[in-house]
Amino acid sequence: MISFILQHAPALCLATPLLFAFLTPLADKAGSRVRKAFVFLGILLTALTVFTLAQNVILQGARVYTMGASSPALTLPSGMTLPVRIILEIDAFSALMASLALLVAFFAVVYSFRFMKGNSLGKFYSLFFVMLAGLIGLVFTGDLFTLFVFFEILSISSVALVAYWYKRKKSVEAAFKYLLISSVASLCLLFSIGLLYGEYGLLNIAALAASMRLSFVTMVALGLLLAAFSMKAGAAPMHYWLPDAYGEAPTPITVMLGIATLSSLYALLRVLFTLFGSFSLLPVAGWVLICLGVVSMFVGVTMALKQDDIKRLIAYTAVSQAGFIFVGVGVGLATINSPALFSAFGENALKGGLFHLVNHGIYEALLFFSAGAVIYATGKRRLSSLSGLARKMPFTTVFFLVGAMAIAGIPPMNGFASKILIYESVYRFNPLLTVLALVVSVLTAVPFVKAFSSAFLGPEMAEFKKTKEVPMGMLLGMAVLAVIAVLFGLLPGLVVETIIAPAVNALASQAAYVGVVL
Amino acid sequence: MELIPFLGAALLFGIGLFALVFKRNLIKIAMGLSIIDSGVNLFLIALGYRSNGIAPIFTTAPVSNAQAAATMVLPAPQALTLTSIVIGLAVSALMLSLAVLLFKHYGSADARKIRGLRE
Repeated sequence: MISFILQHAPALCLATPLLFAFLTPLADKAGSRVRKAFVFLGILLTALTVFTLAQNVILQGARVYTMGASSPALTLPSGMTLPVRIILEIDAFSALMASLALLVAFFAVVYSFRFMKGNSLGKFYSLFFVMLAGLIGLVFTGDLFTLFVFFEILSISSVALVAYWYKRKKSVEAAFKYLLISSVASLCLLFSIGLLYGEYGLLNIAALAASMRLSFVTMVALGLLLAAFSMKAGAAPMHYWLPDAYGEAPTPITVMLGIATLSSLYALLRVLFTLFGSFSLLPVAGWVLICLGVVSMFVGVTMALKQDDIKRLIAYTAVSQAGFIFVGVGVGLATINSPALFSAFGENALKGGLFHLVNHGIYEALLFFSAGAVIYATGKRRLSSLSGLARKMPFTTVFFLVGAMAIAGIPPMNGFASKILIYESVYRFNPLLTVLALVVSVLTAVPFVKAFSSAFLGPEMAEFKKTKEVPMGMLLGMAVLAVIAVLFGLLPGLVVETIIAPAVNALASQAAYVGVVL
Repeated sequence: MELIPFLGAALLFGIGLFALVFKRNLIKIAMGLSIIDSGVNLFLIALGYRSNGIAPIFTTAPVSNAQAAATMVLPAPQALTLTSIVIGLAVSALMLSLAVLLFKHYGSADARKIRGLRE
């Protein structure tokens, strides 16, 4: 039984959330208790399958799953020289990304049990599971067209979830913007897939990577892919949808949108490192990422300074933190063609970038959970109308403080550990970038000092006399994420060695990815 | 003659992009997106087209593989296009329903008057 599950885990990771997505409305008919139990079972099963698979992949190396083949490992059936079937390929980087997604999604579900109120929650969880299937598929897929399909599944379900409170006009407006940017991004993606198919007659990422050559059409496709994924990853100047969508979505969905944004970043890295990994022009692409990163860092943090809405403030700093990831992986990409530079500092920059990606996923979720707790308890989201909540909500205060310290890169939090790795390695590539990153990191503390002092410190207001700490279910997720944030900050060496280094190796060695399929 | 579908696709793409960038009416924006979608779909179909080719159906395929490769229309782009049409329908439906909701909230379908998030 266990070996059967392990053998078919990649397919089960997709099948489980889809099954629960379409059965949840049925469970909803039996009342809210049954629905909660059912949804909890669904997310638990999905999370366990993904974690088991991820552990297996990190210990034993990348693996493939061929859909519809007599044996999942049979990528080239009946004497074919090129793969024609839909193939899922999971390496250490996809395993890392999927585990992060499921960790956050699990607590988002637990959080939503108390946070979300109303009668039609069956639909909410249905869409949530569809979104989860889109996320996992996007991360696990081994061919470009399936990537497009999962990208669209993810976009459509997350747009519907942003507009879940459709009676609030701002939610609908944010959803419309998000849908517009997602559709343009996915049409760019589809167009570039068409170009690549016309040029090479292939859709499988590994097979395409093996036959990639420098040509005009390929360059156009690369440019379109870069534009499509960085749009969805919220890089400035195409970030404007992000604070709207993050700010107006229900909080559990805001947290999931953060993960969706990071998974677009995953797709971008997968395409750049794996698909175009043998290109001599990668340093140019690396510099594009670095420039996007620097612009995002500054735009995000300066816009965050003047926000009054607590969730929009966090969303803008999320744009700025994504800039750090872009800079880290950009330096890795710019040096990947020269082994000496790559082993000297490029690899560390890439490690820093991916470590920051994981940390960002964790503290961003923590911050949004605590902001959501404040909104849940007080019904207010403007910092100017909040005050003195530390006495009423001590746990939320502590968790928000942990998240704020992590995002500002203050030791001993995880944000510090990954930022220091980025500073050190990027300094040897170009000292100016480190200086810019340090300035932004210091600036990041400012909006959080403002948010913390105006919401949690200060005199107690009469209207918050009856405000209480949020229920256990909501605190649980925050507590676990806060503990992880501190642990990752205290034991960075161990974390980097066990989970980040395999992902970096998987990303940097294109031949290994190709070899598993061909 | 082979070039005409590609020119058509480029034209559709251009018209759609124009609508997306310069039009302020939500319905027209949705239409622009739909037109770009059609352009991309046309591009995909044109990629796999062979003039005087035959449909890629197993029972009607020529006996030799070389002959089949030379005369049959490529099936993969058609499968892609079908999938993409279905997805495009979902996107259009969602976008139009959001436009209807926005019209109900703001009493206008003009993107310049929908500014709840900019206040």
